Amino acid sequence: MTEAVRSAVRSGLFFQVGMLARRSVVRTLRQPAMVIPSIVFPLILLSINSSGLESVTQIPGFPTSSYFDFALAIPFVQGALFSANSAGTNVASDIESGFLNRLALTPLRRVALMMGQLAGILALGLIQALTFLTVGVVLGAGIQAGLGGAVVIVLLSLTISLAFGCIGAFVALRSGTGEAVQGVFPLFFAALFLSSMALPRNLIEVGWFQTVATYNPVSYMLEGIRSLVITGWDGEAIALGFACAGGVAILALAAASSALRTRMVRT
Amino acid sequence: MSRDGFWSVARGVAWRNIHNFFTNPAMVVPALLFPLFFFTAFAGGLSRVDSVPGFDYKAGYTTFVYGFVLLQASAFGGIFTGFSVARDFESGFARRLMLAASNREGIVAGYWLAALTRAVFTVVLITVVALIAGLEVEGGPVDLLGLYSLALLINAAAMLFATGVAMRLRTMQAGPAMQMPMFLLLFLAPVWVPYDLLTGWVQGAASFNPITLVLESVRGFLEGDPAKVLPAFGAALLLVAVTVLWSRGGVRSAERAA
Repeated sequence: MTEAVRSAVRSGLFFQVGMLARRSVVRTLRQPAMVIPSIVFPLILLSINSSGLESVTQIPGFPTSSYFDFALAIPFVQGALFSANSAGTNVASDIESGFLNRLALTPLRRVALMMGQLAGILALGLIQALTFLTVGVVLGAGIQAGLGGAVVIVLLSLTISLAFGCIGAFVALRSGTGEAVQGVFPLFFAALFLSSMALPRNLIEVGWFQTVATYNPVSYMLEGIRSLVITGWDGEAIALGFACAGGVAILALAAASSALRTRMVRT
Repeated sequence: MSRDGFWSVARGVAWRNIHNFFTNPAMVVPALLFPLFFFTAFAGGLSRVDSVPGFDYKAGYTTFVYGFVLLQASAFGGIFTGFSVARDFESGFARRLMLAASNREGIVAGYWLAALTRAVFTVVLITVVALIAGLEVEGGPVDLLGLYSLALLINAAAMLFATGVAMRLRTMQAGPAMQMPMFLLLFLAPVWVPYDLLTGWVQGAASFNPITLVLESVRGFLEGDPAKVLPAFGAALLLVAVTVLWSRGGVRSAERAA
């Protein structure tokens, strides 16, 4: 391979994405304080909630006889919220340490930077999804959609991680500080709690809460995963789940790209 | 050491922490937002739980949830004060305070007064929101006295526990070590349904959890039908006694490091 060809390869988008993705994945996985709580905390809550709220399955119209099966969707979204925090914190750390400034002096493409940063989030999202799925099946959750459904759950979970990860990256790029990312974290949890997390939407009694849950895209992300666990193949729920997660991901990615452009110009 | 020294140190530490709390939105907002948020999410999202067979709390689900959120807000008022202690150690302020204070037990008392103020502020706000949202208090003045006394005892125990951790580890990274035990203690109680409707290992854990007694008593006071009052106060006082010893150990540890 001649030097000219090597240089062309090095300046190629895939090479740049690959290098930054490897850095992002290694950095994420080397931080147990970031990985372990994002897996253990949702599992603890799943365990507590499913025992505490098992009697709720006696409410007429509740879609399954096992609250554990119903609640299994929650850790996937909760894990994605931790991904958002992780993505934002990593990007903010790059800004605060001056790494982004140094990258700005290289011929690196912005899209490569963005995709590379998000690779770590997808790696974390994959570990989370596989762990939650395995724990769920081992503890007796029956995935009604079968093996294919499990694959779709992982794909939807990754899309959700990407969506929240992009929001985290956007906040970090706009603000440039890790504190701002931490400050936004409770709002992510608000989005989860004000959804159909604990009860199906049609069983939520309080009017305003039902309205908020209906307009909240997190409800549809949860319902997409939940349908594969307790119902089987429900095309509408799955399509809405992917549409909401994908839609949020596209909007947040566009916002993050715009924020990155502004930050690179400032640099 | 004189009693005057104790109170002057306590007043100074309390004033500084209360001032920091009320002038820093980054501290006030999460302290208010989290309990309010839990209250609206549980009371709104799970209100249908009161139609589960066996749910026999006559004051309604909003009141049932308020009992838990009251304890949670009180406990986390104490835990967040532990964060302030850790921050003071990280910034070097607490080290200077340890050297300057004429009575070091007064430092803990000062943090306790700050935790108490934070808890009262949060609880008042949550109570106002809960009343707007349909909280029905059927207990009389004596019941209310019992209710809020229990909440303040839990606030003291949580603050003393968190302060003990903060004084031993002296870093903000000790945050999870302060939060997680309290979080587990609170959530391994009958949070969403009465004890009899719990199932599985959570029911087993709840039967050994002192917070279960406190929570059931708090709900009894709200309902105007006090239950397990003596065991609840006994459990809360025991928690305070144990955490007083724990925080004194923390002070000794910080003294050795100062």
